[in-house]
Amino acid sequence: MSAEVTLTIDGQQVKAVAGEKLLFVALNNGIYIPHLCAIAEEERPSACCRLCFVEIEGLSRPVTACTQKVRDKMTVRTRTPKVDRLVKTGFELLLSDHRLQCRTCPKNGACQLQMVARERGLKLKTGRFKPLAKDIPVDHSPETFSFDAGRCVLCGQCVHADQNIARVGAINFINRGLKRKIGTFNNRCLRDSPCTECGLCVKACPVGALTFKT
Amino acid sequence: MKMPEEEREVILSQVGEVLKDFRLSRESLIPVLQKVQEKLGYLPVLAMEKVAGDLGIPAVDVFGVASFYNQFRFNPPGENEIKVCMGTACYIAGGKIALDSFERRLEIKEGETTADRKYSLERVACVGCCTMAPVVVVNDKVEGHVTPTRVDGILLGLETGRQNEGTGRDGEGRQNR
Ligand code: SF4
Ligand code: SF4
Ligand code: FES
Ligand code: FES
Repeated sequence: MSAEVTLTIDGQQVKAVAGEKLLFVALNNGIYIPHLCAIAEEERPSACCRLCFVEIEGLSRPVTACTQKVRDKMTVRTRTPKVDRLVKTGFELLLSDHRLQCRTCPKNGACQLQMVARERGLKLKTGRFKPLAKDIPVDHSPETFSFDAGRCVLCGQCVHADQNIARVGAINFINRGLKRKIGTFNNRCLRDSPCTECGLCVKACPVGALTFKT
Repeated sequence: MKMPEEEREVILSQVGEVLKDFRLSRESLIPVLQKVQEKLGYLPVLAMEKVAGDLGIPAVDVFGVASFYNQFRFNPPGENEIKVCMGTACYIAGGKIALDSFERRLEIKEGETTADRKYSLERVACVGCCTMAPVVVVNDKVEGHVTPTRVDGILLGLETGRQNEGTGRDGEGRQNR
């Protein structure tokens, strides 16, 4: 069943199991591709962060590495002008409704947005797009952590942790469009939700939206 | 706001009725919510909790789906239903100003209902008479060229039970076009 395949990423020969997702094959081999929303065990990824673009020989357009299954003799390039442009735009869009204040952010230094910026030489500020300030108050109600929706990138990692790993069902995506956010039933504060404060969602959050209190 | 016991019972029994016709699984969620809203006019918190419990899914999932679709409402329809058009033509002609005026006068936000349940306020997309923009539909009656002054007029008309007087048709507010 699990046939081994060999593919080439940025000129480097890589072995993997057929059917694995390209993004994780690259990451496991030390090749960085920006990503926020990908979940390894998810059969159908949401592919919502739009940062993991690559070009695959034979395909006319860049595709998201988190949705591509590896095939034998696949040839992949992680940096091309097309890819770089898509990632830059996706990144700027994410920052345009992000409360950027790294110096006072609890995630400063361990943040995946900072990682993308560093790896891809992108600026951590909003350029072309008008900043859409999110004035959602921070939920400090849990004893051990806080939720700052103004820094949430809607990657869905916390929802996966809460619903599929902890199997609690306290949080999910609510609303639509610009009002979309991570929320609880009837917009209650987390303390009044079924949240058990297991902390799995906080550990899963790639940015400074869910952070432990110190 | 505490809900009277009898209202709670009505909600629970109505939702129970609705659920009888469905398979109790996640797939039934949207049709169940539609039926519940058809019966109750809106989706009370208690109803969503009961639906979640009976379908065996987290309450936040019910809320997530219900808050995604425009067709679901979380507040009871008011005795007077005010719908402000936010279609392209009305938006450009100042629909937002009309909506702001209603919000200020009624002291509720779009999507809400006044505590006495006399008025509910919502936004709708193009209602099909863009030439009269900005348009407001009050209890299924179309009001055109709605300026903030006209908002006061409409509310006064509803207060005094004379909704038919002085609609946008007779030219009031038209000079602002
Ligand atoms: S989440 Fe990351 S990018 Fe945003 S303010 Fe915090 S450290 Fe900076
Ligand atoms: S809170 Fe964190 S993990 Fe959850 S969606 Fe937002 S950024 Fe992602
Ligand atoms: S990781 Fe592929 S789109 Fe987010
Ligand atoms: S946009 Fe309001 S009626 Fe068409």
